[in-house]
Amino acid sequence: MRRALLALTVSTAALGAVLPAQAAPKTSVTIGMAVEPTGLDPTVAAPVAIGQVTWQNVFEGLTTVDKAGKVQPQLATRWEISPDGKTYTFTLAEGVTFHNGVAFDSSVAKFAIDRARGADSVNPQKRYFAAIESVETPDPATLVLKLSRPAGSLLYWLGWPASVMVEPKTAADNKTTPVGTGPFKFVSWAKGSKVELAKNPDYWNKSAPVKLDTASFRFIADAQAQAAALKAGDVDAFPEFGAPELIASFEGDKKIATVIGNTELKVVAGMNNARKPFSDKRVRQALMMAVDRATVVDGAWSGFGTPIGSHYTPNDRGYKDLTGVHPYDAEKAKALLSEAGFPSGFSFTMKAPQMAYAQRTSQILQAMFAEIGVTMTIETTEFPAKWVADVLKAADYDMTIVAHAEPMDIDIFARDPYYFNYKNAAFNAVLAKVEATADLAEQDKLYGEAQAMLAEDVPALFLFVMPKLGVWDAKLKGLWENEPIPSNVLSEVFWQE
Amino acid sequence: MRASIKRAGRRPLFLIGLVITLLLVGVAVLSLVWTPFPPAKMNIIHKLKPPLSFGLLGTDHFGRDVASLLMAGAWNSLSTSFLAVALGASVGTLAGVVTAMRRGWLELVVMRGCDIIFAVPPILSAMMLAAFIGGGRFTAIIAIGVFMVPVFARLTVSAALQVWTRDYVTAAIGIGQSKLRITWNHVLPNISSQIIVQVTIQLGLAILTEAGLSFLGLGLAPPAPSWGRMLAEAQTFLGQAPWLALLPGLAIALAVLGLNMLGDGLRDILDPRDQG
Repeated sequence: MRRALLALTVSTAALGAVLPAQAAPKTSVTIGMAVEPTGLDPTVAAPVAIGQVTWQNVFEGLTTVDKAGKVQPQLATRWEISPDGKTYTFTLAEGVTFHNGVAFDSSVAKFAIDRARGADSVNPQKRYFAAIESVETPDPATLVLKLSRPAGSLLYWLGWPASVMVEPKTAADNKTTPVGTGPFKFVSWAKGSKVELAKNPDYWNKSAPVKLDTASFRFIADAQAQAAALKAGDVDAFPEFGAPELIASFEGDKKIATVIGNTELKVVAGMNNARKPFSDKRVRQALMMAVDRATVVDGAWSGFGTPIGSHYTPNDRGYKDLTGVHPYDAEKAKALLSEAGFPSGFSFTMKAPQMAYAQRTSQILQAMFAEIGVTMTIETTEFPAKWVADVLKAADYDMTIVAHAEPMDIDIFARDPYYFNYKNAAFNAVLAKVEATADLAEQDKLYGEAQAMLAEDVPALFLFVMPKLGVWDAKLKGLWENEPIPSNVLSEVFWQE
Repeated sequence: MRASIKRAGRRPLFLIGLVITLLLVGVAVLSLVWTPFPPAKMNIIHKLKPPLSFGLLGTDHFGRDVASLLMAGAWNSLSTSFLAVALGASVGTLAGVVTAMRRGWLELVVMRGCDIIFAVPPILSAMMLAAFIGGGRFTAIIAIGVFMVPVFARLTVSAALQVWTRDYVTAAIGIGQSKLRITWNHVLPNISSQIIVQVTIQLGLAILTEAGLSFLGLGLAPPAPSWGRMLAEAQTFLGQAPWLALLPGLAIALAVLGLNMLGDGLRDILDPRDQG
């Protein structure tokens, strides 16, 4: 069988070589990614790479998030919210089927939501469903969520990769063979190499015709190899290209478009707030003041990036520029360290993932901390497996550095347990108020308060937002320029002649 | 001895090897007391400056002085390699002379042990070690040193066994000297030149392996400069700043070349079969 398959592949490859390239518009695309997902079910594991392959391609949610970051209807075509904000009534789309032919209705939606919020759920965003008290299905096209308290962000959260709709029979196997309602069906996953998808001919949403016939995701970690694959045409697009220093090498190339967009990737050096000396706010503030963010961006990411003063990006609503709260001031940092009882500094270990941004930023931080007498030892910690086990799960670390990809995730500082070990009741209260109101202006104001608290307390060193370094074939259209949520949405992608 | 020095003068390759090696050691030692700039000092405003425009050899992606990094890297590379070879040579030679002295089942065990260690590449054993005890200089020294043990053990066994068949050793046995004493008085002095040659050649190999480990991130931790890591970090800057990859590459090549030429020259000079 394997040999037959190989022969087939070889003959198709030969055929491809013989046919002239201009014969017909291309209907396949190869998207490159740096990190291979650990599985293909976004409802059971946190790595964003899972959603970047499957979200909106294989899986869809009740709602979705569009390229401007706004909530849009999807499998739920309409909804009504009761005046007290505690009852959500969704009208579901009709004629929707999963790739295996199972019909989507309110009972399936109830299953998916109950699975995500259940006692033994391993959903990475499980707390987003915590406000849901019960799920009712008055008829197949109507779903009613009863909440115990208002949840102002519920519709937004329901659009996330972790909230996609799955059906009972296939849910357990979605990790390896995902079955959803999306415009693409899963075909195969060659571990360590690529995931193949093919157009779903029975796609329910006739108003959004899919132009591609097949799509594949290839995983190439090394930036140099990414650039080579792009130039050779082996990969059509790297929506998140890995090396800003190589962007200049594409600029003279007319066949390749470089598109610098916004992301939610906040590069943050988290500190273990439960461990000495990081439990002392003055120490954390001193370390923040030892850092010159503009220089970090310049040295680590070739100047591509925007300094941030809190766990919030300039593209998020209600953003406040708080980089001035603890600006770079080595002298003041030293004085603050002395006040905290460390006149001659201290030593600690940084657990840095192997990604270039993390390694380079760590080395720059190391040099900056040395200026105020603090010695930092860098320990490279393999991401994701070892980092997730040591830092995220066990919180066994002094300082670490990682880019937080999820949008509007300032609430991670209110989570308990979470790897920062940051405990601030006033902060938690502000975020609870955000959920209690549906008034957007009020929410923005509260988000501003929350940002200011983090900027003051410095539970983590807030460094910069990475831009989206999109590099793709100039004829390829329809990829998202910005990244309001980590994704590679292929439904509108096509080749322009 | 005098004859050896005379022979050395007739071998230009040996002299070149000696000069390169001495130069390298000199630079490495000098880096302990003086470098043009502190090697770890970042100056990001002046990053990626070509050679001669900023410092002698330009700056890297953090604005660090490449010449200073190379100098400090020479010390780190040489000291790590030297310690690794010292470990391998002492353990290997000890195992070798004891094996030659006792023979029997010990010879079988030692030689098969050597085969097993030879079968595992040093990079692989370093990765396994790093997984257990973490990367760093210690890991690199152990990994390279362990790999060197069988090289010296095999060499010592075969050389020592030859010495044991000599008439003067038979005579020493005849007058009742202990095996340990014979090993110390006769065997070791007679195989020492071969060991010295091997040490020189293995040093070159150790530098190469150390650079390989550092390239993979298993060598010295930053900010301590290392040639291998400089190469690794230079990869994506190859288009913009080719000197960042060329210079450490050249340093590694020069060091290995120098040590190999020195080793080959020493072999010619010290080989007892050559002494007519």
